[in-house]
Amino acid sequence: MTAAALLPTAVMLPMAGAALTLILGKRPKAQRIVSVSVLILQLVVEISMLLAVDANGTLVVQVGGWSAPFGITLVADRLATLMLVVSTTVTLAVLIYAISADHADGEETDTPVTIFHPAFLILATGVSNAFLAGDLFNLFVSFEILLTASYVLITSGGTMERLRDGAPYVVVSLLSSIIFLSGIALVYTATGTVNLADLAGKMAALPVGIVLVLQAMLLVAFGVKAAIWPMQQWLPDSYPTAPAPVTAVFAGLLTKVGVYAIIRVQTLLFPGGNFDDLLMIIAAITMVIGILGALAQAGIKRMLSFTLVSHIGYMLFGVAAHNEIGLAASIFYVMHHILVQTALFLAAGLIERVAGTTQLSRLSGLAAASPLLAVLFFVPAMNLAGVPPFSGFLGKVGLFEAGVENGSAVAYVVVGAGALTSLLTLYTILRVWGRAFWRPDPEVLEGGAPGERIRPGQDKKWFAATQARRTALRTAAARLPLGMLVATTFVVAVTLVLTVVGGPIYGVAERAAENLGDRNGYITAVFGADASSGTGGLQVTEGAGP
Amino acid sequence: MNPNALDSNVTIAVIIGVSFACGVYLLMSKNLIRVLLGFLLVGHGTNLLLLSSGRGGIAPIAGSDGDLADPLPQALILTSIVITLAVVTFLLAMAYRNYRLTRETEVADDPDDAAVAHRGETVGGGE
Repeated sequence: MTAAALLPTAVMLPMAGAALTLILGKRPKAQRIVSVSVLILQLVVEISMLLAVDANGTLVVQVGGWSAPFGITLVADRLATLMLVVSTTVTLAVLIYAISADHADGEETDTPVTIFHPAFLILATGVSNAFLAGDLFNLFVSFEILLTASYVLITSGGTMERLRDGAPYVVVSLLSSIIFLSGIALVYTATGTVNLADLAGKMAALPVGIVLVLQAMLLVAFGVKAAIWPMQQWLPDSYPTAPAPVTAVFAGLLTKVGVYAIIRVQTLLFPGGNFDDLLMIIAAITMVIGILGALAQAGIKRMLSFTLVSHIGYMLFGVAAHNEIGLAASIFYVMHHILVQTALFLAAGLIERVAGTTQLSRLSGLAAASPLLAVLFFVPAMNLAGVPPFSGFLGKVGLFEAGVENGSAVAYVVVGAGALTSLLTLYTILRVWGRAFWRPDPEVLEGGAPGERIRPGQDKKWFAATQARRTALRTAAARLPLGMLVATTFVVAVTLVLTVVGGPIYGVAERAAENLGDRNGYITAVFGADASSGTGGLQVTEGAGP
Repeated sequence: MNPNALDSNVTIAVIIGVSFACGVYLLMSKNLIRVLLGFLLVGHGTNLLLLSSGRGGIAPIAGSDGDLADPLPQALILTSIVITLAVVTFLLAMAYRNYRLTRETEVADDPDDAAVAHRGETVGGGE
């Protein structure tokens, strides 16, 4: 019972923290202390939850004491707790990064501090609740919690660019929420329950046509959130303009919550694999379209947003391959990608601070100006591309194995697309590396009179301008706030941990996948020992027949 | 067939369909006020859909016997109404802010998209 008390705590902690930071709005220092300590506490809670779940099996809490199909159920299995630990690690690092950036900028921040902390903690609340939700409606509510917080964060400051790029994000998210809610209404009409464990039993009794409609609606709703082709258009437009820490946490976490929901729903409610072939094709298109988009970008942040879309395809493929290896690899890849993508966006934020821009045409010589920054970008970048020693490689190998085990022609095509995407990612990353870090000087420099642009060939002016630029870069790099560097280094270090102790962590992912394969285990855990009477006790509303 | 009071109610089905159609049409607009109205319409449509998902009957707590209405959809709708309210408030604030900044109710185009579109045009024109 004591271990089960951890579940509501993981949701309540950040929520209480958000309330506290809102009250402390006029005292930024106290705000910072509260939000950091809340997240550290939450991380401790979640790690102990992970250990408890990995040792003793799934934890369940019936909120308010209402028995399973009637009340709100919180369920923590291995997948949920793994996601919780990784997500809180990332949010904590990003929070420290943001605090340090704000601290360095003094009063003139581009994120109003008063709002930032409460909104950020509410976002953490929504994410934790989404991973623990044991029924569809609770999942919807947690999506709304995190989305509402994300609307505030993405338009924070209310500048014109943020409104312009935030508006499509808000509207698309609203539409996907509506689709999700309508899906829930239809699920309830057909089965008379929204509890996931209860639904798992009742879905099988429905006519195939109705199941397909419900599955398709839920997949579309989660697909928009996960930015899967053809519902990915909103992402590369809206993420790059938000403040660096906000983009980092969004890119790392929000799409993965959608992926998590897809994994959960596909394994628990629709184990039949109705859409597997379609999902595999969509996964392949998502990978290729995303990476081709990334190749065409002129700015690092937009490029990273497109690679984010591209790599969601891998996770989807793991689910669609419909075997345990695929699920395990998918779970491992989700964890790896949350960390790597966050690290890359944090590094992009550092680049923006040093050079004042992330446009490739205006970047150069960063490796000479700041070797540390170069390492902080290079390691996660190689990891993203899946170069052998890193965790991205382990995840991809697992996924390819799953594809081979699946054995269908489509699966082989997707494996090919995955390999191609991997190579193209490497090329995209090397292009950034070559331009921003290794290239000595850009073709055109700002210098001399205001607005004057100097091209190579105007010898003396060119020489003076290059010298000035190099010193400016060096001083800016030297002035990077320590907290930002520490936070980024921390995330990069965790990605390396995922590589070094890849075996044990992959083992946990495999056990989580086994968990998912064993649907009866989940159902028994939710309904307690008297499982049979639990499912039978509910008055079934029969589906509206044909 | 179950005693679902609404499963044969064409009126409700038509109302849901029409409000979805109109709402989604309005959501497609770049004008934030239209988006707001569209979201309200779609939201109401969804709430009706949720309402019609439960069994109809007499009041569930006060009524003693007979066909009790299913209380769960009503609890779900309450939650969804509150969420709609919060989101509408946010959209209103956003529309107002947008109006303050640009004196327009429409959201501007993304410059990167415009650049890509422009590049496409010039390439197409060159051939």
